Amino acid sequence: MRGNQANRLNDGGLIDRSAPLNFRFDGKAFSGFEGDTLASALVANGVKLVGRSFKYHRPRGILTAGSEEPNALVELRSGARREPNTKATTAELYEGLEAASQNRWPSLNFDVMSVNQLFAPIFVAGFYYKTFMWPAKFWEAIYEPAIRRAAGLGRAAGLSDPDHYDKVWAHCDVVIAGSGPAGLAAALAAGRSGARVILCEEDFVLGGRLLADGGTIDGLSAAEWVARTVAELEALPDVRIMTRTTLFGVYDGGTYGAIERVNDHLPAPPEHQVRQRLWRIVAKRCVVAAGAIERPIVFAGNDTPGVMMASAMRSYINRYAATPARRIALFTNNEDGWRTAETAIAAGLQVAAVIDARPDVSPAHRSLASKGGFPVLHGSVSGVDGGKSGVRKISVSLTGGARAEVEADGLAVSGGWNPAVGLTSYHRGRPKWRDDIAAFVPDGAPPGMVAAGAANGAFGLGACLREGFEAGATAARDAGRSGNTGSMPVADDAAFSLTPLWHVAGKGKAFVDQQHDVTASDVELAQREGFQSVEHLKRYTTLGMATDQGKTSNVAGLAIMAAVSGKSIPETGTTIYRPPYVPVAIGAFAGHHRDENFHATRLTPSHHWAAEQGAIFVDTGLWKRAQWYPRAGEKDWLESVTREVKAVRSGVGFCDVSTLGKIDVHGPDAGAFLDRVYINAFSSLAVGKARYGLMLREDGIVYDDGTTSRLAEDHYFLTTTTAKAGLVMQHLEFCRQVLFPELDVQLTSVSDQWAQFSIAGPKTRDLLKEIVDPAEDLSNEGFPFMGAREVKLRGGLKARLFRISFSGEMAFEISVPARYGEAMARNLMIAGKPFGVTPYGTEALGVMRIEKGHVAGPELNGTTTAADLGLGKMMSTKKDFIGRVMAGREALTALNRQVVVGIKPTDKARRLRSGAHIIPKGETPGPDNDQGYVTSVCFSPVLDQWIGLGLVERGRERIGEIVRAHDPLRGEDYDVELCNSVFYDPDGGRQRG
Amino acid sequence: MRIVCPFCGERELGEFTYLGDAKPQRPAAGADAVYDYVYLRDNVAGVMSEHWYHGGGCRAWLKVTRNTLTHEISAVEPAAGAGAAKVGA
Repeated sequence: MRGNQANRLNDGGLIDRSAPLNFRFDGKAFSGFEGDTLASALVANGVKLVGRSFKYHRPRGILTAGSEEPNALVELRSGARREPNTKATTAELYEGLEAASQNRWPSLNFDVMSVNQLFAPIFVAGFYYKTFMWPAKFWEAIYEPAIRRAAGLGRAAGLSDPDHYDKVWAHCDVVIAGSGPAGLAAALAAGRSGARVILCEEDFVLGGRLLADGGTIDGLSAAEWVARTVAELEALPDVRIMTRTTLFGVYDGGTYGAIERVNDHLPAPPEHQVRQRLWRIVAKRCVVAAGAIERPIVFAGNDTPGVMMASAMRSYINRYAATPARRIALFTNNEDGWRTAETAIAAGLQVAAVIDARPDVSPAHRSLASKGGFPVLHGSVSGVDGGKSGVRKISVSLTGGARAEVEADGLAVSGGWNPAVGLTSYHRGRPKWRDDIAAFVPDGAPPGMVAAGAANGAFGLGACLREGFEAGATAARDAGRSGNTGSMPVADDAAFSLTPLWHVAGKGKAFVDQQHDVTASDVELAQREGFQSVEHLKRYTTLGMATDQGKTSNVAGLAIMAAVSGKSIPETGTTIYRPPYVPVAIGAFAGHHRDENFHATRLTPSHHWAAEQGAIFVDTGLWKRAQWYPRAGEKDWLESVTREVKAVRSGVGFCDVSTLGKIDVHGPDAGAFLDRVYINAFSSLAVGKARYGLMLREDGIVYDDGTTSRLAEDHYFLTTTTAKAGLVMQHLEFCRQVLFPELDVQLTSVSDQWAQFSIAGPKTRDLLKEIVDPAEDLSNEGFPFMGAREVKLRGGLKARLFRISFSGEMAFEISVPARYGEAMARNLMIAGKPFGVTPYGTEALGVMRIEKGHVAGPELNGTTTAADLGLGKMMSTKKDFIGRVMAGREALTALNRQVVVGIKPTDKARRLRSGAHIIPKGETPGPDNDQGYVTSVCFSPVLDQWIGLGLVERGRERIGEIVRAHDPLRGEDYDVELCNSVFYDPDGGRQRG
Repeated sequence: MRIVCPFCGERELGEFTYLGDAKPQRPAAGADAVYDYVYLRDNVAGVMSEHWYHGGGCRAWLKVTRNTLTHEISAVEPAAGAGAAKVGA
């Protein structure tokens, strides 16, 4: 079936004519074949206009046949899978493909914004900076939204990405970027040597330029040689060939980034398959055989649809059997461009003329011209007549000054080739200029990497094979693989003669960067305005800053810059190259780490039980903790939390506190070690006792707190806050390994090994007696406040019991091996039933700690000292400890510091809010009168009003003073009283009883 | 970047946490000396001795000799007290 593919050749090409594919572009139905890209299918269907340009909304066609494409960008797919700025030149055709052109309204053919062209004089380089200066507040409200509507690319889907992405590691000896002649030869040599090889090819077919340009290798046609080579590589045990995979970056230590488009060639990934896979490849050596990119020549009208790179035209004709034009003109400054004339004639197309900027043309090409019946014009293209329907007529300035006109519907352009120097330059490498090919080539590369073939400036087929093979063999040898590499593939080298030509003066816009609509005159203007550095040129004109990263435009821009500033191109230099080589979806970097898998989720040992109870969970770091346990009929969280607090204070409740960091400290020097990391002493702690400890940073600020128990002479059990569990472990390991290596002490993280519950309330002992073996003495004498020891539970399980209290009630914390955590929760419920046991969550825990004036995260905020927290007296004067010296600094001991104090509104009915600032009565709120702020608040069921803690200047000396709580964020301002921070049971009788 | 942990072998950067210059030694006393130790750091362009923590592995603190310009790592050694054995035991 040929359908409407009027520009499809009857035979040839790497397309499967037995597999027709239907697709839609801007709603219109077309057909193509398996093996097509969207671009080649559009070419086959005679579609020339594929988009509107970024700034001027000029009609644009397809310029290239690869990932360097600046113009043919489309929105691919629809709905949640709509992907903007997709290159039609690399998007594989599939049945039912839907694509839409971008940046046009209401339609591609009739675009209202193309009037921008009439105002073109104001859209010069830096026009945003110059035009939309005043008034400043107009920028966000008016200018920017309007500009963004008018200038832009595709639209993001705006919906959650329905697909999955994978991230994987791979390790090998040699990774190779590109499967052209150099890449395949490198893979052959390395693979035969016995090296583990990964060959990455961006395209979906192996062969690189061989697919379009053919040639003879080892006496075989290019296609036969590629087939034979791929068969040999596939038979090697350690060679992995990855198509649809772009090696996009190189990172330290021989790590490479590659993006594999696993299922982008299908309408949607098959079930349970990923769309793309991000590879991190660790390789001992890397061969960059990424080829070269043909560069345009800048002339007026060079963006007219139908103007195409000469090599791209060969790709469409030879690889896809699709003819971009019927009557082709060729504009070249080098020998290689002529191949397009040969290709056109071989395909039965007309050649209108070859415009060659060089003084001489080879005899072979002269005879080609006379055989083909077309003129060879010495000179340059100075203008193109045509519009959205494509090229019609070409103006030529002949050498010597005369003018000529050529009628053609397609113009192939070759300005020479730029080696793809991205990968070799990503570690701030600067490529060097080679005059003979008028191009930048790699000048060294990151460690372990080498460029070969066209990527290294070797453009001949024979040279590509030679360099690739040698690079592959050397890489394998360097990686310790020394097998026989066999014979090197051989081919002839075509001559490459080039006369540099960057820019042809002429009337009309001549585009350097087609994707960002940067013209030659923009570059010249930037230079005149003083933007002499290429980095400034880039940012001022936005040259090379579009999604194609200037692959077809950067060097021409530099050359024009060099010409106007009277410097050479190497003196002008290049901008810094940065990965990725092609755009990589954020989704691929994220992989599976999104939504609920954005980070790991830690569940407490009693989580499933708590979920059964209907607990509301809150995220605290990675943990999900039960925040409160609502009961039927409770109208809001406050009612539930108040009930839980009252139940604890009048009966008994329990709470899973397993999220606290837990560290076993072992060794004869364990006590001495703890003395150095805490401000208070632990070597003096008796076995069987617990003590609250406070840790400082070396700069004297409080780091963390928690209780530590001495379970044996040489064994302490230390707890940290939930938030700092990992960091305290890291800090203590630093102290042990780096600061105090002489101490004989070992640390073991046991946070996940123990399930720990706080059991609190006046009936705690009654409940515990049901749990603990009757032989254990739980009386006040047998297990006094701050006691800590191992106990046997009913049934024989060993547990650790600590008589510590955060709630201010008679309380214990009990630890059982984590696997018994859920059973413990269930057991506490059963055993506690007669006493009305009530599970409570972190919210009730917080209420009770505020009522007791205990400090927590909001007060341990990285700016407070021990004295600020009211714990200054804990600081030992008899020993050295981390932070001791710096805690004595003037500013940290100043008398006017903001210190922890209790706060309650004078109007008992008023709700106190954390974050409210404390302002003295009668003063105007402002930075000068700001004396601190409210850090923690709760509704206190005991006091029947909202209370809080705050950090207030000299707060403890001002107990009883009425100040203002000023809350501009919520528009509130009310009187509060500074009070003792211990609101409940200040003498601590309840917890000791 | 990849670091060869003396205990675990070559591992990827993500397993490690950077702390900073490994040269300053914690002084026993003296406000000025401690101030220098806490706040004054050389910003070396070149080879530097650094503390890294292998938190995603063996929890050893390491002294890594790294060139801050090239990220080349020329040596990795365990901190004096890393590993199970006590120094001098």
